[in-house]
Amino acid sequence: MKKPVFFIAFIFFLAFMILVAIGMRPFGEPAISNMDDYFIENAQAETAANNVVTTIVFDYRGFDTLGEGTVLFTAVVGIVALFREVAK
Amino acid sequence: MIGGMSRIVRTMTTLIFGFIMVYGFYVIAHGHLSPGGGFQGGAIVASAFALLLVTYGTSQIQSFLSKDLLSILESTGLVLFITFAFLGLGATFFYNFVSNSGGLFGTPSAIGVNPGDLNTGGTITLMNMAVGLEVLAALGVIVLTMSVASETIHKKEKQ
Amino acid sequence: MIGNFPFVTVIILIGLGIYSLLFKKNLIKIAIGLTLIESGVNLFLIALGFRKEAVAPIYTQAPEGVKMVLPTPQALCLTSIVIGVATTALVLSIVMIIYQRYGTINTDEIRRLRG
Repeated sequence: MKKPVFFIAFIFFLAFMILVAIGMRPFGEPAISNMDDYFIENAQAETAANNVVTTIVFDYRGFDTLGEGTVLFTAVVGIVALFREVAK
Repeated sequence: MIGGMSRIVRTMTTLIFGFIMVYGFYVIAHGHLSPGGGFQGGAIVASAFALLLVTYGTSQIQSFLSKDLLSILESTGLVLFITFAFLGLGATFFYNFVSNSGGLFGTPSAIGVNPGDLNTGGTITLMNMAVGLEVLAALGVIVLTMSVASETIHKKEKQ
Repeated sequence: MIGNFPFVTVIILIGLGIYSLLFKKNLIKIAIGLTLIESGVNLFLIALGFRKEAVAPIYTQAPEGVKMVLPTPQALCLTSIVIGVATTALVLSIVMIIYQRYGTINTDEIRRLRG
């Protein structure tokens, strides 16, 4: 605890999170679920797949998965480039 | 990770390795029916690679797991994924043009709770395989590169 | 209050992660803190999409006439997990490079070496 600024910031952040959690809606009752209800009802007819989560990952929100694949590819490129000098 | 482990661990690894690989590919292929998909199945196969790496050591594994081959597989997976996305461009990007069309993977699914058919899903199944290939190769490259580098650093420290 | 137990767990996880980010000097412990925060955020997303007495949104051999939990947070969480694995691997690689260059992973000593 050498740095009092860090300590104050940590206490402040923790208090903020506890306050937010107390004011949170009760667990297990989502407030708004129109989009997810649409996915659950229409996913089988529209994409012919039984797993709704996979349907969302690869069809409805395909752009997310594209970005995710790009991030994975970039991370691998970064790791290989980092260790290129070490391996010599 | 330098020299490899004992004979008991090696024997059990050779027994278990094939089962882990087959389970990973099962999870990839059934991604549209059961919990799982490309990412999870690829991670399972990559964990099999990690098991092999820990058991046999880095020097012996180089002939089996080539980093160049895994890099090519990774690029192939990503390119296949983007290609499937572009093929639906008649309607929109990421349009599922295969589903309900009657061809391979084009059988319409039964509505409601059903046991499921492998021949459904359209581009979802194909994209699962592409992404599974990519994740498998990417995690394999990560594990292999870090292991080789740690061994090199260890050797340099000893000198 | 006891019904909100998952949110309390999220607070504990994120709090521990931020504690280790702020007060620890070891780079490996800082990487562990990053991973803890990531797990907390994932748990928060999953807990937001939960419905009481519901099953996973998969129609294969599901029980008849039961509600299903929200699928979108689960899909986003899947994305988040894979990105987390990639970034953790990158962070640990950078820590390995730093250890090879400086011979230590204590942040104070690294800063002192650079002058």
